[in-house]
Amino acid sequence: MTHNIYLYILVAAAVSFLIRVLPLTLIRRKIKNPFIRSFLYYVPYVTLSVMTFPAIITAPKLPLAGILALTAGVAAAWKGVNMMGIAALCCAVVFICEMAAPYLM
Amino acid sequence: MNRNKNAFTNGIRDGIPIALGYFAVAFSLGIVAKKAGLNPFQGFLSSFLNHASAGEYAEFTVIMANAPYIEMAFVILITNIRYMLMSCALSQRFDPGTSNAHRLLVGFGITDEIFGISIGRIGALNPYYNYGAMAIALPGWSLGTALGIVAGNILPASIVSALSVALYGMFIAIIIPASRTDKIVGGVVIASFLASFAVSKIPQLDRMSDSMKISLLTVIIAGAAAALFPSKDDDGFDIDKKEEGGSRI
Repeated sequence: MTHNIYLYILVAAAVSFLIRVLPLTLIRRKIKNPFIRSFLYYVPYVTLSVMTFPAIITAPKLPLAGILALTAGVAAAWKGVNMMGIAALCCAVVFICEMAAPYLM
Repeated sequence: MNRNKNAFTNGIRDGIPIALGYFAVAFSLGIVAKKAGLNPFQGFLSSFLNHASAGEYAEFTVIMANAPYIEMAFVILITNIRYMLMSCALSQRFDPGTSNAHRLLVGFGITDEIFGISIGRIGALNPYYNYGAMAIALPGWSLGTALGIVAGNILPASIVSALSVALYGMFIAIIIPASRTDKIVGGVVIASFLASFAVSKIPQLDRMSDSMKISLLTVIIAGAAAALFPSKDDDGFDIDKKEEGGSRI
């Protein structure tokens, strides 16, 4: 069975919209439950980590370029480089690796 | 009235750097969207309605997998669940008499960055500040996605391959600084990397889509972390915290 891309977009948009507006319109008190607060606190970090690895290695044509981009990105983030700088660095590492690869192998 | 106009202008001003950053990242998101089979208009529509980098990335993996619609709903719920907490935090910053129309519109415009700049302001939140930021940042995000889909055709393969990691670079920029300041987050990030790698190597799970793996891993790992290490109240979402430099209205 194939699915309609517009329906996919609509479902995603509807869920995103509800997530964003329901608390704002309904809940007027601070969430006190420590488990829910903690869970929501950890969620973005887990999601982003799981999405990043190992996908960053499989996305470029050359897996080694992905490994080096990950290493460089983590090092730069640790040093406090901003988001755009890190994204640009990762791209540059992959580009240079893939350009250099034919001459090294 | 003049107050609202000022707030709107300030929102646009603070939204300009966000829009520029969005444009570049959305461009790489467009490359993913193209892989999933979206045309530029569909990419624009998706980004205008959803405007969430991780959420849309997950959205495109669901489309790529041709997964059921219910899976899309579940995946978006999990990847975008942080907006729920942001929405809770923002609800505390509104004047109690704020109309539902303002609440719906401000809620629609919540992103990590717009939340970040609006929560930093002192006093009751003027919705027009958010509208200003949204007016510049959301088109930047949507046009960037559409252009990414268009230019995926034009750009040489080596550039597309290089740009394919831009989004991950952005994710790294969020998880690593947080890992540095909070060692538990660091442990959670490492555990997530290892679990994700392990799951990708289990042949029995090949039939499960990437987006479902991401969602299930998120629920399991974040749930375990919350049970083992309940976070303190300095989690950055503390709405009572007063920050400086927000009083510009």
